[in-house]
Amino acid sequence: MTHNTSKDYIGAKIGMWLFLFTEILLFGGLFVLYSVYLHRYPEEFHLAGQELNVYFGTANTLVLLTSSFSMALSITALQKGNKKLCMILLTITMILACVFLFNKYLEWGAKIHHGIYPDSPTLLERPKGEIIFFGLYYVMTGLHGLHVLIGSFIILIVLILVAKNRVTSSDFVAVENTGLYWHLVDMIWIYLFPLFYLVV
Amino acid sequence: MNSSESKTLSFWEDDGRFSGIFSWIFTTDHKRIGILYLYSVLSLFAVGVVIGLLMRLELIAPGSTIVGAQTYNAFFTVHGVIMIFLFVIPSIPASLGNLFLPIQLGAEDVAFPRINLLSWWLYITGLILILISLFTGQGAPDTGWTFYVPFSEYTTTNVNVAVLGVFILGFSSILTGLNFITTIHRMRMPEMKLTQIPLFGWSLYATGWIQVLATPILGITVLLIFVERTLGIGLFDPAKGGDPVLYQHLFWIYSHPAVYIMVVPAMGVVTEIIPVFARKHIFGYKAIALSSLGIAFAGSLVWAHHMFTSGMSDTAVMIFSFLTFIVAIPSAVKIFNWVATLYKGSIVLEPPLLYALAFIFLFSIGGLTGLVVGSAGTDIHVHDTYFVVGHFHYTIFGGTVFGMFGGLHYWFPKIYGKMYNKKVATTAWGILFIGFNVLYFPMLVLGIMGMPRRYFDYLPEYQLGHVISTVGSWIVAVGLILMFYNLYRGIKKGEPAGKNPWNAATLEWTTQSPPPKLNFIKEPQLTRGPYDYKGIEDDTQYQ
Amino acid sequence: MHAEEEHIVEFKVLFKVLIALFMLTGLTVLAGSVDLGYFSVAVALLIATAKASLVVFFFMHLKYEGGLFKIMVLLAFVILAIFIGFTFFDVAFRTN
Repeated sequence: MTHNTSKDYIGAKIGMWLFLFTEILLFGGLFVLYSVYLHRYPEEFHLAGQELNVYFGTANTLVLLTSSFSMALSITALQKGNKKLCMILLTITMILACVFLFNKYLEWGAKIHHGIYPDSPTLLERPKGEIIFFGLYYVMTGLHGLHVLIGSFIILIVLILVAKNRVTSSDFVAVENTGLYWHLVDMIWIYLFPLFYLVV
Repeated sequence: MNSSESKTLSFWEDDGRFSGIFSWIFTTDHKRIGILYLYSVLSLFAVGVVIGLLMRLELIAPGSTIVGAQTYNAFFTVHGVIMIFLFVIPSIPASLGNLFLPIQLGAEDVAFPRINLLSWWLYITGLILILISLFTGQGAPDTGWTFYVPFSEYTTTNVNVAVLGVFILGFSSILTGLNFITTIHRMRMPEMKLTQIPLFGWSLYATGWIQVLATPILGITVLLIFVERTLGIGLFDPAKGGDPVLYQHLFWIYSHPAVYIMVVPAMGVVTEIIPVFARKHIFGYKAIALSSLGIAFAGSLVWAHHMFTSGMSDTAVMIFSFLTFIVAIPSAVKIFNWVATLYKGSIVLEPPLLYALAFIFLFSIGGLTGLVVGSAGTDIHVHDTYFVVGHFHYTIFGGTVFGMFGGLHYWFPKIYGKMYNKKVATTAWGILFIGFNVLYFPMLVLGIMGMPRRYFDYLPEYQLGHVISTVGSWIVAVGLILMFYNLYRGIKKGEPAGKNPWNAATLEWTTQSPPPKLNFIKEPQLTRGPYDYKGIEDDTQYQ
Repeated sequence: MHAEEEHIVEFKVLFKVLIALFMLTGLTVLAGSVDLGYFSVAVALLIATAKASLVVFFFMHLKYEGGLFKIMVLLAFVILAIFIGFTFFDVAFRTN
């Protein structure tokens, strides 16, 4: 019986997309909660949302969008046989991810410094809708940030694999799948940004 | 377990890179992973059965009989967690699915063999965490397997560890589904179109989608319990603006589709068995394939029928009750088609068919009682009573588990190359069937009489029903012991079985028993449909 | 076997998508300063979905994939929409 040892490129992509669906639904559960509580506490969500820094939020959005861009470019570069450019672009993506995380650290730090964190006495004195808003804020941006962190490591690993020629212009599905993961992380933020920073 | 027909090593003997136990726990062979899962889930089933027997023993008389209230609460919680997350949900897909899906498709393995192994390792990790939660700290969780807030937020028992275990088990389930979906799309032999795969494959396909799309919601839900308990976030806490009913929504958004993860593969097994033992092509292949997808989809729309008495809006009560009736339709399609297959067939009454017939009978009772609970008006009366307990045991145990037993008896000769004693198997089946109804039918009556579930004490008027039910549990235990002992004897001392003792037509019956590591010795030829028995006794590929 | 399956998205296309994403980001920030009542949420989600679509179709190559991928992606989002939407049968009609 002959052995088909070549990798199944399409199969690998199907597998990755299926995994992405699980991520969409994982965050989806939190979006269920957000949508219900926005419906229930529109005023408080607006007020609490104004306490978030729109400049940080917008900057982070642009940073993540650009990192998605550099990630997509890195795949094109590798497909065209430009290994060096691919590696540069992957590195840029990682750097932008770190910028995002650093901004998050500053934002969270500021909030915590002001006594706004889960179960804090300051927070518990606020109206219920605001307690819920910040509860959702920490859980959703926290889970998202965790995914950014994990994504950075995956990009690092793939960068090393490209460097070692284990991922090449004829077998690049690992970079493509990493890109898919990264774009999903970007896409979640695309929804988080207006829902937390621009609540009218 | 020597293959008697050729010199090719069977998958039992073909160790690969490692030796001894490592050739099993580091295997990427889907058949070995299937066996690892089979023995794992059956072991956990045994544990769950023992807890169930202890529960029934406690309930034989009012008041404290063998344990106190706290222990009883832990009993039913752990019974549920083990049976659902460690037994039924993985059961058929991870064991029989892993063993036979690739072979039925003419493939060498699943799409992602290493992820398959990871699936099993995650299962074991989840199992260890659950075990830890039983024996450390303040003891086993007492919240019920549903972990409802607010109690799950402040009970001091080991909820944190247990939900972490559940999270990991969910991930294990997701990976199995993901693997099977990709396998069915990508690993079929070239000539086999999607409309020619065995219907077991279609059932695993539909199940895979539920696993991929619904399980993550369970993931986030248990994560939120963890976060509530450790950080006091308050998303379900009314004092902090939260809504506990939202917890129930999130929980049941997964846990209702989960019951279809449980039953759809069993329906797939029944669909494999019935044509073989009626010697007749399955009636309505396309309808059955579509009904699997239909059940998966419709089952995702009805979750709040678990919440009729929770305080949600009347609008939701009515809409979800209405939608619930729709799910019955694709299920009924299957039952009609199975019966139509049997009609005017040449019935061969062997143990696999006995289990398939029992499935139809017991699942039908389960399904019909489902209409009672799914109908909002009647549910008000029976919600959280023993009627519900009877309903879900008829569907899950009478359905899925009997389906799995049928699958075990059907595929046993292929897995082990031997045949079990059919007379003993039939006797065990009879004892099981009778015991099952003695155990669970009284629950339907008790429920309507008003006996609440999850209560370790009760009024004297309920005692007769409980006594009968407990006796039934002993009969079931005898049946299970006899059934498994008979299979065990078959493994050790059974008569050698040939390639195709049932004269079935799916591709696993063209290879040796047990199959070799790469599934086929010669490349399989697709010369007949999966339910085409014409001339199969003379077809050299199948004899 | 790879050649006919792979599709290369050119640098120029990706750059145009990035510019569009930046512009939509600006748009959504602007929209965030205008009070349109319930419509504000709808507008924000609409713009976000436009951005998400650009990411999905171009960065994630969905535009160039076969029908199977497109159906699967649609299915995942439809299911999520059902989970959110059906929950509102409860939440939007509470009387207490």
